[in-house]
Amino acid sequence: MRRRFAAALTPYALIFPGGLWIAIFFVVPIVAMLSLSTMSGNLLTGFQQTFTFSNYADVLSLYHEQFIRSIIYGVIATVAVIAISYPMAYWISLYGGARKPTYLFLLLLPFFVTFVLRTLSWQFLLSDQGLLLGPLHNAGIVPSSFHILATSFAVISGLVYYSVPFMVLPIYVALERINREVLEAASDLYANKVQTFLKVVLPLSLPGVFAGVLLTFVPVTSDYISAQILGGTGQVMIGNVIETLYIQNSDYPQAAALSFVLMFALLLGIFAYARALGTEDVLEVSAA
Amino acid sequence: MTTLAPTLESMPSPTSQPVRRRKPRRKGKTLHVYTWLILLWMFLPIAVMAAFGFNDTHSRYNFTWQGFTLRWWQNLFAIPNLTGSLVNSFTIAIIVTLFAVILGTPMGIALGRYRFRGHGMTDLVLFANIAAPEIGLGAALLSLYISMGLPRGYWTIVIAHIMFTIPFVAITVRARMSGFDISLEEAARDLGAGPLTTFRLVTLPMIIPGVIAGALLSFALSIDDFIITEFTAGQTLTFPLWIWGASRLGVPPQADVMGTIIFLVGALLALVSGFLLRHRD
Amino acid sequence: MSATTGSVTPEVGIPPGTGTTAAISLVGVAKEYTSRRGDSVRAVDGIDLTIGQGEFFSMLGPSGCGKTTTLRMIGGFEEATEGHVLLYGEDVTNTPPNRRDVNMVFQSYALFPHMDVFANVAFGLRRAKVSKHEITDRVKESLALVELSGMDKRKPSQLSGGQQQRVALARALVNRPRALLLDEPLGALDLKLRQTMQIELKRIQREVGITFVYVTHDQGEALTMSDRVAVMNGGRIEQLGTPKAIYERPATRFTAGFIGTSNIIEGTVERMDGNLAVLSVPGEGRAMVPIEAPHNGHIELTVRPEKISLCAEPPADGCALPGTVTEVVYLGTSTNYTVTTADGTEMVAFVQNDASARVDLDRGDRTWLCWRPEHGYALGGSGQVGSEGAS
Repeated sequence: MRRRFAAALTPYALIFPGGLWIAIFFVVPIVAMLSLSTMSGNLLTGFQQTFTFSNYADVLSLYHEQFIRSIIYGVIATVAVIAISYPMAYWISLYGGARKPTYLFLLLLPFFVTFVLRTLSWQFLLSDQGLLLGPLHNAGIVPSSFHILATSFAVISGLVYYSVPFMVLPIYVALERINREVLEAASDLYANKVQTFLKVVLPLSLPGVFAGVLLTFVPVTSDYISAQILGGTGQVMIGNVIETLYIQNSDYPQAAALSFVLMFALLLGIFAYARALGTEDVLEVSAA
Repeated sequence: MTTLAPTLESMPSPTSQPVRRRKPRRKGKTLHVYTWLILLWMFLPIAVMAAFGFNDTHSRYNFTWQGFTLRWWQNLFAIPNLTGSLVNSFTIAIIVTLFAVILGTPMGIALGRYRFRGHGMTDLVLFANIAAPEIGLGAALLSLYISMGLPRGYWTIVIAHIMFTIPFVAITVRARMSGFDISLEEAARDLGAGPLTTFRLVTLPMIIPGVIAGALLSFALSIDDFIITEFTAGQTLTFPLWIWGASRLGVPPQADVMGTIIFLVGALLALVSGFLLRHRD
Repeated sequence: MSATTGSVTPEVGIPPGTGTTAAISLVGVAKEYTSRRGDSVRAVDGIDLTIGQGEFFSMLGPSGCGKTTTLRMIGGFEEATEGHVLLYGEDVTNTPPNRRDVNMVFQSYALFPHMDVFANVAFGLRRAKVSKHEITDRVKESLALVELSGMDKRKPSQLSGGQQQRVALARALVNRPRALLLDEPLGALDLKLRQTMQIELKRIQREVGITFVYVTHDQGEALTMSDRVAVMNGGRIEQLGTPKAIYERPATRFTAGFIGTSNIIEGTVERMDGNLAVLSVPGEGRAMVPIEAPHNGHIELTVRPEKISLCAEPPADGCALPGTVTEVVYLGTSTNYTVTTADGTEMVAFVQNDASARVDLDRGDRTWLCWRPEHGYALGGSGQVGSEGAS
């Protein structure tokens, strides 16, 4: 009797230390943020809990433009990442042969340079006198009034640049899971290459695309590094607003309200998305 | 065979001609080039960074090529704040990796090995932690620190990093665990090993690759993290934070050099661990 | 299973009863792979073969013998590095699979996991732009043929292994191919189901009258279903013939060892007695074997275990070798005895435990291995001792 009781407790004992850490520093902080978001006051007078929801109304009316822009950038960047990554994952999986691990390794290698540094480098490349525009400007091919930096394109390019490996990997994993005999069966049943791709490969690799979206959309939508370094005043994203409110302005209640809205909206979206697609499949691919 | 005669005669006889080798068709050439172009794009900013670590610039702006110099490599540690931030980044990553492995591994084992009430809830929380926007995690923690009046610094960064790396360790260990044959443990018990000996001699060696993968992931995530770190750092600087601050005034070439060194060391470590893992199994 | 003369000529022609048109011909077909280190491996090493219309043809051999590669070259999944593949006289060596009029049943079934049974079976017809109405009819008819009517809305994951197998079969047959290729289709099924499916496959083949090319490593399967069998080894055809011919008159030591169990006695021809070669054997035993032409060299005599009886005394005529029982395995309807002869050769005899059973021996007992000379045969060529590794 005692032994069975002890055995039933084993998983809880294993979960407890890590679970406690996550409860205290992930779950409790969300409650703290929620509580902070309903306070009023300012840094000088101090903040008092007044259970006001005016912060929510305020941030939504003040920053809805940045919010909408972030979602639009997020969607555009995610779609672009899928379009760029799919062919690459497809080629590595179907034609990579013995060199598959090498390609995946190369794909992950850039992560050893911190994103801030890579984005600064990318900023230099896109600058008016950079490697890309410099020669074009000097040769007079494009007018000197033509810029890339401080445009939506520049910001989105930074987000896409960061996300490509996160999309290639899950799509690659999904493609690897397709039984190669199934592809042969399609060609045996008179499907040409295009038909085999559209009718068999693409539908079977969609879980990988979905997992990639899961890994890409949230970080991209809530990013502020790319907009800060590559964008201008017209490309401010919701992440930049939150960062300014929290760290520069110390306007904590508003900042907390805005973060909570962002986190709630994104997590809700993600859970709805995962539920709609069948959590099992998506999670399985993204974990692999 | 006689019925085949007409068809066989109309064919070039295979015996009367020298052996003809057909070359296999080359496939997917366009996409091959495409793959390399994307990889080139991924590495282009890194190559630029590496190059400007050798730039003989004299202004604060390291933007135009002035000639080759090894000055920055020789004076790598000339900027105390930069050196300090780099040391912080490394020590934080090491402490975080250690804690993440100690706390995350048992969670992974429990999730992969046992069925229990709360399994689904644990999954959900881990998933939410991974899926949540980093800025949300950072903001929430900062809110907690503010509410408690906790001064931000080195240890608040460590706490934050352990929080967001635990789920990654748990998930990699769990993946390894779910492929684990329970009868191996039963065999060990049958052969006289106690629960702890069984764990040490059978279970642990089986999940070690998952633990190593989780540890590498934790280290990489911690050392590279910017967003959560910025929210929890206070006045303490890590390498990405220092660069972020310096970028407004112009990043000195030493930062490029350090980026290059971290990149090379990281690549080397990944290569070696990949090699070791492959030759283990 | 009457005894035959000692002919060693394998039957290569198309057996009577099947169509006389050549459905598939392979002319000098070879497949060479280049490994990463640069050395080349010949998986298929020059095969000439003609398969008749409506024939059930099996390729049998151990793994790595080239049987699957050969099948895949017929299907178009591998390109032959040498030689030609002909389909009804048309050279299809370089034709991709989607433009070949043959269909395949894959080892893993390769059902499309995201499509239901109907969509799986209709896949080929849709690609061939068959009218909607006809597709519905033909899919129904095809599913009825494999006894899966009413399952059309199921997903492959909701089917048992045997059912998936039938869907794969229906999916291939619905296209009315000129030949059906089957790559170890029963390999993943359990024994009972495998035996049912063997009979089923044979019935379906008779009903549709399509040429079946069947790859297997299971000799029982090949012998049960086939009109003809090609025994393959090392990328070559070791022997080609009817199941009976292959079983009763294996041409090589490899075939003798791979198909069923064989006892092989090596000896030199002492003298000729009519068409019987009398071999010199150690001890007081005697062994003879019918051969076609007089021969005075080394010979390998093969005799199946079920043809051997165990006697207390050597009979007046026929072959007899003395030995000691070293292993007894009771199998219910029969008992397998292993008997070691004077020179250390291990011989196996299957003794039926029927009403007339009189043999009851234990390990260590002395006994005589007895068989009729016409039940033994000399291995083909008779000179090629040990040129193939027995399995």
